[in-house]
Amino acid sequence: MLTALALLVATLAALGFAGLALARRPAGARLLHGACAVAGFALVAGGVAGLLGGPQTIDLPFGPPWGPARLALDPLSSWFLLPLGIAVACASLFALGGIHGTVPARELVPWPLFIAGMALTVLSADGFTLLLGFEAMSLASWALVAHDHAQAENRRAARIYLGFAGFGGLTLILAIGLLAGGAGDVAFAVLREAPPEGLRAIGVLLLVLAGTGSKAGLAPLHVWLPLAHPAAPSHVSAVMSGAMTKVALYILARFAFDLMGPAQPFWMGAPLIALGAASAVIGALRANLEDDTKTLLACSTIENVGLIAMGLGLALAFRGSDLTAMAALAAGAALLHALNHAVFKTLLFLAAGEVLHGALSRRLDRLGGLIHRMPWTAWAALVGTAAAASLPPLSGFASEWLLLQALLAGWRVGDLAFQMGVAAATALAALAAALAASAMVRFWGLAFLGRPRTPRAAGAEETGGAARIALLLPAGLTVLLGLAPGLMLDLAEPALRLMAGAAAPRAGSLAIGAAEGGARYWPLFVAALLAGAIGLAVWLVRRRAPAGVARGPAWDCGFIAAPPHLPFGDPATQPSAAGFGQPLRRMLGESLLAARESVTMPPPGDTRPALLRASHHDPVLAALEGPLPRWREAIATQAEKLRDLSIRQCLGLTFGAVVLMLALLAWLEAR
Amino acid sequence: MSFGQLPYDVAHLLGGGVLLFSFVLLYQRRIGAVINAFATQGTLLAIAAAWQGYVQGAPGLYVTAVLALAAKGVLIPLALHAIVRRLDLHRTVETALGIGPSLVAGVGLVGLAILVVLPATEGARALAREDLALALSVVLLGMLMMITRRNAISQVIGLLSLENGLILAAIGVAGMPLVVELSTAALVLMVAVVAGVFAFQIRERFDTLDTGSLEEHRGERR
Repeated sequence: MLTALALLVATLAALGFAGLALARRPAGARLLHGACAVAGFALVAGGVAGLLGGPQTIDLPFGPPWGPARLALDPLSSWFLLPLGIAVACASLFALGGIHGTVPARELVPWPLFIAGMALTVLSADGFTLLLGFEAMSLASWALVAHDHAQAENRRAARIYLGFAGFGGLTLILAIGLLAGGAGDVAFAVLREAPPEGLRAIGVLLLVLAGTGSKAGLAPLHVWLPLAHPAAPSHVSAVMSGAMTKVALYILARFAFDLMGPAQPFWMGAPLIALGAASAVIGALRANLEDDTKTLLACSTIENVGLIAMGLGLALAFRGSDLTAMAALAAGAALLHALNHAVFKTLLFLAAGEVLHGALSRRLDRLGGLIHRMPWTAWAALVGTAAAASLPPLSGFASEWLLLQALLAGWRVGDLAFQMGVAAATALAALAAALAASAMVRFWGLAFLGRPRTPRAAGAEETGGAARIALLLPAGLTVLLGLAPGLMLDLAEPALRLMAGAAAPRAGSLAIGAAEGGARYWPLFVAALLAGAIGLAVWLVRRRAPAGVARGPAWDCGFIAAPPHLPFGDPATQPSAAGFGQPLRRMLGESLLAARESVTMPPPGDTRPALLRASHHDPVLAALEGPLPRWREAIATQAEKLRDLSIRQCLGLTFGAVVLMLALLAWLEAR
Repeated sequence: MSFGQLPYDVAHLLGGGVLLFSFVLLYQRRIGAVINAFATQGTLLAIAAAWQGYVQGAPGLYVTAVLALAAKGVLIPLALHAIVRRLDLHRTVETALGIGPSLVAGVGLVGLAILVVLPATEGARALAREDLALALSVVLLGMLMMITRRNAISQVIGLLSLENGLILAAIGVAGMPLVVELSTAALVLMVAVVAGVFAFQIRERFDTLDTGSLEEHRGERR
């Protein structure tokens, strides 16, 4: 199986270069995206086979000068192949359905390379191959983010994204170097035998956290997500959000649970829990304030990545306290949520792409009423939003319920400070879940309900074909994963054994449970109950309604009748995106996101309109674009002075460096 | 071969002589004396190469010796004397760092070279170890001379004495192929030619050999 997957990665890389030739005609682009969709399904098959079969390793016949490139397929990497494959398959199908005419090579070539990079990262079994895949993934996705470089904001997004990608790669290199120590061999099998201790372990964890956090979107390194996702094509945003952040979390899990060994203290999980809680709240809050659909979904990704990181951190803490069953529960919640989020976020991004394609806008204030013109998209998106809002019986609820159960068991770690922290994190996770639900109501309601706000939204059209399948497939999977979380946990059991050393508490295939005799969740039962309640309500309403339905004009909240050139009513009388987010902006945004409001009231007698200006910005981005460039300028100015040195001083610098190195050598030899 | 045997002692003495003349180069105040000291260093290097050739039984080293004697002991010093005469230079050496501090720094550098080389070459022959330590000292002193002298001629001599150190290291190692030495000698000649042309250019343009005057004519200054 692993050989087949390695060949798949090589084929994808070759396909990327073939993209140069394929880009000349539409059939070539269709072929490329079709092949990528097949590759996605193959990745899922490989993941399932890897989970059911035993671990495999192969040494490739080529590699870096010091040894072969090593690949491995163990339960952990197999599990992460599932979200990767599903996201890639759906996104490629969507791209296949959206091809009209030739596709430029700069959009076509990096796509298979991006997929190959992600797959290589997950399959790698030594530090060099891991970094190779990671960098391929970063660079290819950067090229895709920068594909529409005519617009200044896209160039800025690509630049910031590249900066974060470079930072992530650099910290991962340092982490692998620190983990390998002086031995020099970076094969995972060798690294496992010498787990770091004490300060070195803390250093490795912090470096890995910085590297993967900057890729996954953990606060405070999350600012590139809301910028890069709107800039990329929709299917790329879907995979960046659904799969690439998961690949980064996979690297985090690989280091924290596997390479650093099981004998780490419980507080190693604390930074993960803290950063995860912060990301969850910031992301969910921002999702309530953004008025661009893809930015909003990117912020929701930050929230979900935060939740997964909390699960991983809890699992680390439980394992460090020898509570292996609880560790398996928390790790199971994290793995399950990683898969569920990949599926429903892919769905939502593809729906946003379909809306962009049909209604020509990403701004919520230019959409509205799309459920009439784009019913398939609307209902598929409703499934995704309900899952993202963690409503039972959909997939988001199952994994977030497990995560909350794990958080509520945090008191079992016998350290008072940790218990207090977990209690606070539980409150923050609940707050984030509620905020996410509100953001999803806002997203779906403003885009698909109400009346069209622009003529283009009134005339929106659906694509159909492969794009519709690409929406229905993840929607169906979201329902299925929601109904059978127990089965998925059983499937993940080898991965949980690898991470936590134990299986998650079992409650039968149809239910999931926190512990023996603890709380239980029967999704099928809940679904039946909900279906019954909704059916009863529909039946009652139908029964009590008078015969014959008459459609009247919608009540316009007391505004005067719209002028005749606005046949769908005055859009300004509908709630706007900013207005919908106002309560939360006032409640939480002022402190967390520096939200400001100012009212300009013209004096009496003046005919100008009164203006209410509301703005918010992410403090991290402000810091990144404020002091950081200033410091860089200052350092560069100092470095410029080197150019004014005389020949003698230049020679002196060289001489000083040589003498310093010799002195260092002499000191090292004397030790 | 170790301390107390004739081949070792003579090689050691000659290497030490080369190093000694590096110090002599450092404390000379007159340019003519600097050139003479350099010629003596080149001659000593040639004798050391010839002795190594005799001891190691490597006839190739005699060629090296002849080359060193011709280039470093005779031709280059004569050329430099000619330059000094033709340019009617000030016969004093302008130092950036005083003579005393230069010598103190030189002694420190020799100490550093010994501290680095001796532990690093444990297991090698005693002669090779001593030789490498001496050679590294000569290289470092050559660099020190380049940065503590303002005069272009003295800087060129610093560079040439640095090359002497490299040759000293090369002849101490048994089995060094001749090709490398020939190329090294050719390189030194090239360096001398380039430096001569360079000095003439400076003289023609700026009426001084002080490299500091170059800086006023560098571009991109703000």
